[in-house]
Amino acid sequence: MVPEPFRVVETRRDTADTWTLGLEAASGAPRPRFGPGQFNMLYAFGVGEVPISISGDPTASGPLEHTVRSVGAASAAICAAQPGEVLGVRGPYGSSWPLALAEGRELVVVAGGIGLAPLRPAVLGALAESERYERIVLLYGGRAPDQLLYMDQLERFAADGLDVHVTVDSAGEDWNGHVGLVTTLFDEARLEPERTVAMLCGPEVMIRFAAQAMLDRGVDAGDIHISMERNMKCALTQCGRCVFGPTYVCREGPVMRYSDIDRFFSLREV
Amino acid sequence: MAHPHAIDELIAEVGTFAGLDGAYLELIAGCGSTTGFDAGSYPFREGDPADSFYLIRHGRIALELFAPARGQMIVSTLGPGEIVGWSWLFPPYRWHFDGRATEPVRALVFDGACLRNKCEADHTLGYELMKRFASSMLARLQTTRVQLLDVYGKPDV
Repeated sequence: MVPEPFRVVETRRDTADTWTLGLEAASGAPRPRFGPGQFNMLYAFGVGEVPISISGDPTASGPLEHTVRSVGAASAAICAAQPGEVLGVRGPYGSSWPLALAEGRELVVVAGGIGLAPLRPAVLGALAESERYERIVLLYGGRAPDQLLYMDQLERFAADGLDVHVTVDSAGEDWNGHVGLVTTLFDEARLEPERTVAMLCGPEVMIRFAAQAMLDRGVDAGDIHISMERNMKCALTQCGRCVFGPTYVCREGPVMRYSDIDRFFSLREV
Repeated sequence: MAHPHAIDELIAEVGTFAGLDGAYLELIAGCGSTTGFDAGSYPFREGDPADSFYLIRHGRIALELFAPARGQMIVSTLGPGEIVGWSWLFPPYRWHFDGRATEPVRALVFDGACLRNKCEADHTLGYELMKRFASSMLARLQTTRVQLLDVYGKPDV
């Protein structure tokens, strides 16, 4: 329950409003183990605490990485943290991307906007053992070219065998890539529905459209996994802020099997 | 230029025309020919007569719109297997966007008036094609609506 002090050791500005912070325990303790898709509660002392997915490589050593978008007081304070400053960390919490289910099949990662951050550990984890997968595909949609995350890294991942497809909602004529919703990448990526295990994260509207497009192509609902985002205060099932149907997103989620929760997606009061 | 017979085989593999009766494929192919565009070239411009449509085989075409103070904006991009152009179906038959090849493009081009006449002569063909084009338009309309929602924009806090 008590946040552990972690020192900011590195910061990287990813976009105009998004930073990646590397953290190390102030006590000198080793980095906590985490599963891809899990989150921590990050505390900007005196400002507030927010759930932030871990965005670093679960298979490598180094600082604990979080990619944070500045959207409110607490996240703005976290984004503004400089090397040497201390943040509180509780966690890791929640469920992980079930990479083992994709072994021997095609792992299709579908990300929208900042939703690529919680999926980055899954991509890195899968690439570290790429021989376990028939193919690893990343379909990434963003608002505009200058708001895409990790673009320099994606080029490296592509060189390592990741099948990367990127699209944006709008762009100027200097953009030579795709323009359109992330689902418009499905044909180009030549998905094999019966071989696909999909992992989706992004705005909920995008997730609904992408999941439906997967289903329309014949992907089994049980092979689609999504990361849910809900307001969260405690991450310990005590505050009830993240209740989604019969589940707590902080405990059963954030990563959930689509077939377990699809009936709640169309309910307005959930 | 490909023989019409070769074109009917090519279009039979494309979603919009897949499953059509062989005789209809030949009719459609009779209005088509092969074409290509260099990267950076404009197959059509906003306001031009829309007397044809394209089926992309390789490469990508960006649909663009120029707006004062914002410059040239890409509205959508279309790639292999996708149809470029609906304006040939509806009066006044004018392109509504600029089309720019963002990479070298190989495509089939179809004469709009030729195909419209064949649809008028055979309403079964016309209805079948209209259903297929409407399905394509619906899919693109739905994705465009989600794009307009700006779901990646900053949420209200």
